[in-house]
Amino acid sequence: MEIYLPIADLPVNVFLVFAMGIAVGFISGMFGIGGGFLMTPLLIFIGVSPAVAVATVSSHIAASSFSGALNYWRRRAIDLALAFMLLIGGLIGTASGVWLFTQLRALGQLDLVIALSYVILLSSVGSLMVAESLRAIVRAHRNKQAPARHSGSHTWLHGLPLKVRFKQSRLYISVIPVWAIGLVMGFLGAIMGIGGGFILVPALIYLLRVPTNVVIGTSMVLTLVTMASATILHAATNHLVDALLALILMVGGVIGAQFGAQAGQKMRSERLRLMLGLLVLAVGLRFAVNLFVTPGEMFSFRLMEGDR
Amino acid sequence: MRRALLPAVAALVALLPLGAPAGAAERLVTSLSTHRVLINSVFTGAEVVLFGAVESDGAGPVRRGGFDVIATVVGPRQTLKTLRKDRMLGIWINADSRTFIDVPAYLAILGTRPFDQVVSAERLRRLQIGLNNVVLPQQIGPDVADVVTDDPFRRAFLRLKTERRLYVEDARAVTMLSPTLFQASIPVPAEAPVGTYEVDVKLFHDGMLVTRSTSAFEITKVGFERFVATAAVDNGLLYGIVTAMMALMTGWLASIVFRRD
Repeated sequence: MEIYLPIADLPVNVFLVFAMGIAVGFISGMFGIGGGFLMTPLLIFIGVSPAVAVATVSSHIAASSFSGALNYWRRRAIDLALAFMLLIGGLIGTASGVWLFTQLRALGQLDLVIALSYVILLSSVGSLMVAESLRAIVRAHRNKQAPARHSGSHTWLHGLPLKVRFKQSRLYISVIPVWAIGLVMGFLGAIMGIGGGFILVPALIYLLRVPTNVVIGTSMVLTLVTMASATILHAATNHLVDALLALILMVGGVIGAQFGAQAGQKMRSERLRLMLGLLVLAVGLRFAVNLFVTPGEMFSFRLMEGDR
Repeated sequence: MRRALLPAVAALVALLPLGAPAGAAERLVTSLSTHRVLINSVFTGAEVVLFGAVESDGAGPVRRGGFDVIATVVGPRQTLKTLRKDRMLGIWINADSRTFIDVPAYLAILGTRPFDQVVSAERLRRLQIGLNNVVLPQQIGPDVADVVTDDPFRRAFLRLKTERRLYVEDARAVTMLSPTLFQASIPVPAEAPVGTYEVDVKLFHDGMLVTRSTSAFEITKVGFERFVATAAVDNGLLYGIVTAMMALMTGWLASIVFRRD
């Protein structure tokens, strides 16, 4: 059944889009991420313009992270104080990301920047994840015991001023790296149409030493708020959010996420991390191929601002 | 900002024989199968059928047959930027661009037989008939001008528009049902933007323009599509808030429905 998307201005097959929502939802439930880094490229692939894809996916991620955050909230697995501090940076990052998005769109280089960000970020983060999970798998094979991480081990990040105590995470750290992480995630999310869970969770664990029991729930609160505000800002400034497309995606997404979460629980965590790393890497390389291979069509055209 | 509805009574639109050469003995009566193409949620393109009849006005000698018709359909005007990729530092990026000012978003030129058999090439150029002769003004520095027909950007622009079926040139699309009756189907792709589409029908005989007739149809979004599209542009902030609320509702419902405890 074909349905005409009012903002993307093209007809799509409802079942195809719904299936994409379920598939990405399954993966996001399995790995505990939003799945924006898969959904945005998939939408571009079926013909939605990159700008509409990025803006629309932000609302899709807001839905899936809200559903996840509620589950963690019921289990008291969210550090609200930490989430609040992350949000201060996150909202500033989102606003500046949407601003840059608008500027780049006017310059005609938005597609390039989206593609380049995907290549650089996903290839590097994907490689790191693959390498780290492979080491963990090898280690598990050798002596079944991970090297004990000292919970009190300090890095230079702990020497910064403006220290705040986060009771639930049992942390006493400077808010500067917390703000910085929130800022970077909000910024990237607005430009790339990703929630960034796959970067945020490792960053909170390895840089700030946030305990694993609260890290996913807390990161989901940041993703939820930054993506919901990205939706509003993209809609208010660029008029690019396709509510109909978003609705089909998010309904498929939340259903798929339930099955994904069940599948994920049956797997070992380092295997999961390896699979996620390979997936992230593959998406990054796919964008790289597009940039480096001589395109079949050198020309493209687009509507200038103010004509819609 | 919707244009007023074309009155339904205008089922048969016979318009002034604009610029008809002296001694013209025929009138052209044309009609469109619809004056409003509606984009709803199941829109995948449409066809507007053009009908026409050649009538003798009784003044000159009666000619029976030998007529040719060329119909030009021009959609709303848009300013479009055409970009060309080039390799820079190993990657392909949009390096060069030309801006086409106020060019038709949609253009169809339909005829009874190859245009150069209908009238001379010189006359085709003067009447701006055909994709090669249509004026596509480009922004060149501070000036706006059309360029030579083999300009790479102009050619690429026409090719891309043709591939997306937004520009159509079909010299066989007009069918003469009888020596004085004709019919043509105007293909409207799903991508065609909303706005007014002007239909200009020219009647030729012996390589000469006899008369012409103009009419129009409108493409408009209706129902839910229109509501969403208008709200997104006119009330962007509210639209964004509602979309965000919709996302939260969906997420909340999912967490209730699939609650695992």
